[in-house]
Amino acid sequence: MHHFTFHRFWAVVLKEFVQMKRDRTTFAMMIGIPLVQLMVFGFAINSDPRHLPTALRSADQGPFARSFIEALRRSDYFTLVREADTEAEAAQMLQLGEVQFVINIPEDFTRRLLRGERPSVLIEADATDPAATGPALAAARALADAALDHDLTGPLAALRSRGGAVDFRIHALYNPENITQYNVVPGLMGVVLTMTMIIITALAITRERERGTMENLLATPIRPFEVMAGKILPYITVGYIQVTLILVAARWIFHVPMVGSLPLLYLVSLAFIAANLAMGITFSTLAKNQLQAIQMAFFFFLPSILLSGFMFPFRGMPDWAQVIGSVLPLTHFLRIVRGVLLKGNGLAEIWPELWPIALFLAVAMAVAVKRYRQTLD
Amino acid sequence: MSSSPEHVIDVTGVTKTFSGRKVVDAIDLQVTRGEIYGFLGPNGSGKTTFIRMLCGLLTPDAGSGTCLGHDVRTGQRAIKREVGYMTQKFSYYEDLTIRENLDFVARIYDVPDRAATVEKSLERLGLQHRRHQLAGQLSGGWKQRLALAACLIHQPRLLLLDEPTAGVDPKARRDFWEELHRLAAEGLTVLITTHYMDEAERCHRLAYIAYGRLLARGTVSEVVATARLTTWSVTGPEIRGIAERLRDRAGVDQVVPFGTSLHVSGHDAAQLELAIAAVREPRHEWVRINSGLEDVFISLMDQAKDNFS
Ligand SMILES: Nc1ncnc2c1ncn2[C@@H]1O[C@H](COP(=O)(O)OP(=O)(O)O)[C@@H](O)[C@H]1O
Ligand SMILES: [Mg+2]
Repeated sequence: MHHFTFHRFWAVVLKEFVQMKRDRTTFAMMIGIPLVQLMVFGFAINSDPRHLPTALRSADQGPFARSFIEALRRSDYFTLVREADTEAEAAQMLQLGEVQFVINIPEDFTRRLLRGERPSVLIEADATDPAATGPALAAARALADAALDHDLTGPLAALRSRGGAVDFRIHALYNPENITQYNVVPGLMGVVLTMTMIIITALAITRERERGTMENLLATPIRPFEVMAGKILPYITVGYIQVTLILVAARWIFHVPMVGSLPLLYLVSLAFIAANLAMGITFSTLAKNQLQAIQMAFFFFLPSILLSGFMFPFRGMPDWAQVIGSVLPLTHFLRIVRGVLLKGNGLAEIWPELWPIALFLAVAMAVAVKRYRQTLD
Repeated sequence: MSSSPEHVIDVTGVTKTFSGRKVVDAIDLQVTRGEIYGFLGPNGSGKTTFIRMLCGLLTPDAGSGTCLGHDVRTGQRAIKREVGYMTQKFSYYEDLTIRENLDFVARIYDVPDRAATVEKSLERLGLQHRRHQLAGQLSGGWKQRLALAACLIHQPRLLLLDEPTAGVDPKARRDFWEELHRLAAEGLTVLITTHYMDEAERCHRLAYIAYGRLLARGTVSEVVATARLTTWSVTGPEIRGIAERLRDRAGVDQVVPFGTSLHVSGHDAAQLELAIAAVREPRHEWVRINSGLEDVFISLMDQAKDNFS
């Protein structure tokens, strides 16, 4: 990276802009893909979530509460990860996305059951991911009934018949109407960027090699980092056009609420766009030809779309899948977009998702520069 | 090693092996400043590979030397700044216009006063009316002009031209060579590969390479003289029959048709004369001529085939 000179970098930037302008097909694809994806994914995607992280705020130490909590611990659907002492603490966990649910057991839970009344339990849900929130109520109800079944005997048995012993209420935060599009449409932004940005740069260097222009480029004093940065910059603009296109559709076609700061979203998108472009460049230094480059791009795109939480709730995936997912920039970008748009998150809240993307960018760029061959050997 | 400052290229023992095959085999070469040095040899003989090692695109497996005073192994970055390399296959951007291509190269080398330099270069090569034409739409001759203009734009001290005139019409070739001689007169050194004999004769000095080995070098007359080849030319009716009868006779190394005549050459003048006497007929006219470059190259090629393949 030493000896970076602006004039050589800028020469590549200008050249790429002109080539992009002349390559109508690719440009149409850049605009067309977001539109097609919006239509395809604009409707709900169902799935079967499990092991969703849940916080418990229990004010009752009574036997019935303990049975119910025990049942929660054994549940497949909920996984108790935290205990919250105050309402504020619970709210923060939801806001940061540490948990999907907070289950509030009131102080009079056992007392009311003993009196033959139905206590109410409030489940607060982060409904930005409606696929996970939807079945929560039914799952909680089934758990409570099974747990309390053999305790509710004698006069209390009557409670069982009236649609469950406990009155569960769900409070869906951030997306009260459980509208899947609120979740999917912002997510599409990340998906579209991943798909197009990687392919476009994956082709950038293999194309030079296939057309023979690489030999000329290598015969000049230009440095690897200058070539790569010069190829990345023009496509960042394309990425921003796509971001804008999707935000416009989200706002005026799908009526997605936008609570947070759009300038902040634009700013952090830069890291994500650059990370994908760098990944594409890395692929193009590994691939022998354009076909291989495209195959690698798809090889990366598939886990991105499947394991990032776009298709299936992230928390519901097995551990190994979550580990892979955590490496992918899309996973973090999805949380950022949903966090900013739907929850109104600020920089402090999204920072934990931002640095993994920045790290990915740095590593991808380093590999690309290292792999870029300066000779034809 | 010490190299005379007059030697723009000074390498010894340069070797390159691709998957176990020596594609360039211990080549020594000295090229003097202001010289047009021709590099000849059949396809696949290693010319392109050798040139790529000179300009820092390939690292030699063995051998050493300097190009423009920089070590060919370690000074590749410095070499790249001062060399103009025209690749065998057109390698500028076909989706950029002529002007855009020149501007790109000028930016890469950070040439001073860029706009004016690009303009001058368009003018000098007669490209000004085509400046907005896409490079991909140009004919072979114009592409070659563009490539030459582009590799001259940063005022290199050495030009490496890899078959620049392949597929270019005779008029454009003549213009191209005039331009080369003009540049050489200004002090630019040129190493050029070619297949055309007439072009070989326009070089100040030349080298002949086959199977990666340098088989002959010097001025045209030196190359011809060192070959010690005696050649007879025969014309007349049904000379094809003579070719058949001569081919296997002692003293006859090669029989090559040249238009309406045959060139019969051998390294032993006396034996060759005996062989010819045996087939001589009054209806044919036999003349002893000076061997030409082509006779010599064919002979070198045949010897190389016997020795290395
Ligand atoms: N990068 C390479 N890898 C393997 N073989 C190569 C490579 N470049 C050239 N060759 C081989 O080396 C030989 C010489 O090639 P080249 O230098 O292009 O010859 P010329 O320019 O004289 O036609 C050819 O047989 C070619 O196939
Ligand atoms: Mg060649």
